[in-house]
Amino acid sequence: MNTDTQTSPQTMFTETAISRQKRHIENVMRVFLFVITSLMIIPLLLIIGYLFYKALPVLSLDFLFTNPKDNMRAGGLWAPFLGTIYLVVVSLLVSAPIGVFAAVYLNEYARDNWFTRITNLAVVNLAGVPSIVHALFGVGAFVLFAGLGESILAASLTLAIMTLPVIIASTTEALKAVPMSFREACWNLGATRWQTIRRIVLPNSISGILTGVILQVSRAAGETAPIMFTGAVFYKAIAEGDLFAYNIVEQCMALSLHLFTISTQVPDVTEGIPYGTAIVLVGTVLLVNAAAIVLRVYLRTRKKW
Amino acid sequence: MKNMHTNGNNGSQTTPIIEISDLKVHYGDKSALNGISFDVYKNEILGIIGPAQSGKTTLLKVINRTLEFTSQTSIEGSVKLDGVDISTIGDVYGLRRRIGMVLPLPVGLPLSIYDNVAFAPRTAGVRAKSELNEIVERCLQQAALWDEVKDRLDTLGTKLSGGQQQRLTIARALSHQPEILCLDEFSIAVDPVTTMRIEDVLDTLRTEMTILLVTNLVQQAKRLADRTAFMLNGDLVEIDTTDVIFSDNPANQATYDYVNGNFG
Repeated sequence: MNTDTQTSPQTMFTETAISRQKRHIENVMRVFLFVITSLMIIPLLLIIGYLFYKALPVLSLDFLFTNPKDNMRAGGLWAPFLGTIYLVVVSLLVSAPIGVFAAVYLNEYARDNWFTRITNLAVVNLAGVPSIVHALFGVGAFVLFAGLGESILAASLTLAIMTLPVIIASTTEALKAVPMSFREACWNLGATRWQTIRRIVLPNSISGILTGVILQVSRAAGETAPIMFTGAVFYKAIAEGDLFAYNIVEQCMALSLHLFTISTQVPDVTEGIPYGTAIVLVGTVLLVNAAAIVLRVYLRTRKKW
Repeated sequence: MKNMHTNGNNGSQTTPIIEISDLKVHYGDKSALNGISFDVYKNEILGIIGPAQSGKTTLLKVINRTLEFTSQTSIEGSVKLDGVDISTIGDVYGLRRRIGMVLPLPVGLPLSIYDNVAFAPRTAGVRAKSELNEIVERCLQQAALWDEVKDRLDTLGTKLSGGQQQRLTIARALSHQPEILCLDEFSIAVDPVTTMRIEDVLDTLRTEMTILLVTNLVQQAKRLADRTAFMLNGDLVEIDTTDVIFSDNPANQATYDYVNGNFG
């Protein structure tokens, strides 16, 4: 230590006005940011708590496994519940593989040329298209042009088109998270692009890819507009408790549309039923998200770096 | 530093294995190599020194054709390997396996130590367990890593220390039995002790293969290289025996300045 300077051991650690001010600002910012973040939790708790409170009188297993009755003024949710599951599963069976493979191509193979740029532009713009426009596209392309009629298949394909760009974007992010140096090391060892992808890139991005895909479940389950003209109906009775009660070339009920109908179109609905429907809709989505988290934790424990 | 005096050009090592003539590389509008020509002799250690941006890494990427993964590059001139222009080689993956490549930062692939070394043989189609075992042991031995990891070959390569990962990288580069080993500033992220262990490894490998040693430590080239090339801003300033390059009168004043640390 140079004793000629001002910072002698005695004065070095005493607080100056500037350092005190910095410390205060630091504390204020920490508290401020914490409070803002905490605000996130409040709406979620209020929504779920309120829904539960209102729905309590109708919630039971029967509510889930019986069809609506008396022009939807009573009864349960079986037909719309199963319909939503059909729509979500079929749409993801289409959009997940296409989206993931497209993202692998765009991120791992595509060179920076006009085709890649146009594709990326299309993906970004497709993600920004409002869902009602997807609905109109679905009516034109699947219901009328492809001749699928109003059916689960047409509605699912419409949902697939809607979720596709987001799946491509989230998969791209997951692939980019795998360090470039891993790929270079593989190429230097004489591996092809596909060998590199299969042995290194995909095993180390699969958790991120699946998370992105599964997050689209909640979107597919929650959207009303894309399905109301392409395959969802106000009312349709199906065999109760039979998981295969729907045929994918026929129409179905769906939770989101059902909620809309009984809240706005049908007078004198038992008060708890719309809230119960909302609970089941939110519950289904949360259940799938929880499954996604479990899967991700499992895959992350196997992550290698 | 017991190998300090083993270098020095021995007259029989003059069969060219790589012939580079008038090689020009552009990244977009920017020139990275402006027409360089030289030969690499069989079983020599050729040191390549020069400051950043002088084109050393680009040169290595041209030789194993991984520059093709970078977009917007153009290559002119020719690089011949054993007399064959590499741009005409159809099996580019086979070409890359003839050249071992060690990059500046150690990269343990997110696989077990065993799988790291077995990666290249497997991609080339080797399936027999006994053969893979033999390759893994031989390469880890050659890279002076075997004794430290032989009891935990199923540990992740990414969990090793930086110096161990760099030796793992060298073991991996040797796993496909290359004729040429290229090292690109391998000591940049490893401690001095590991650096010296790797230098010992290279010294024992010099009888089996040709080594291109790109280095930012001029003393490393002096210790190991038979000949040394000095590159600057995409030009090959001078290539000669290491003794001449490090002598008081190399052909070019810039070489003298760089080697003696009074550059610029």
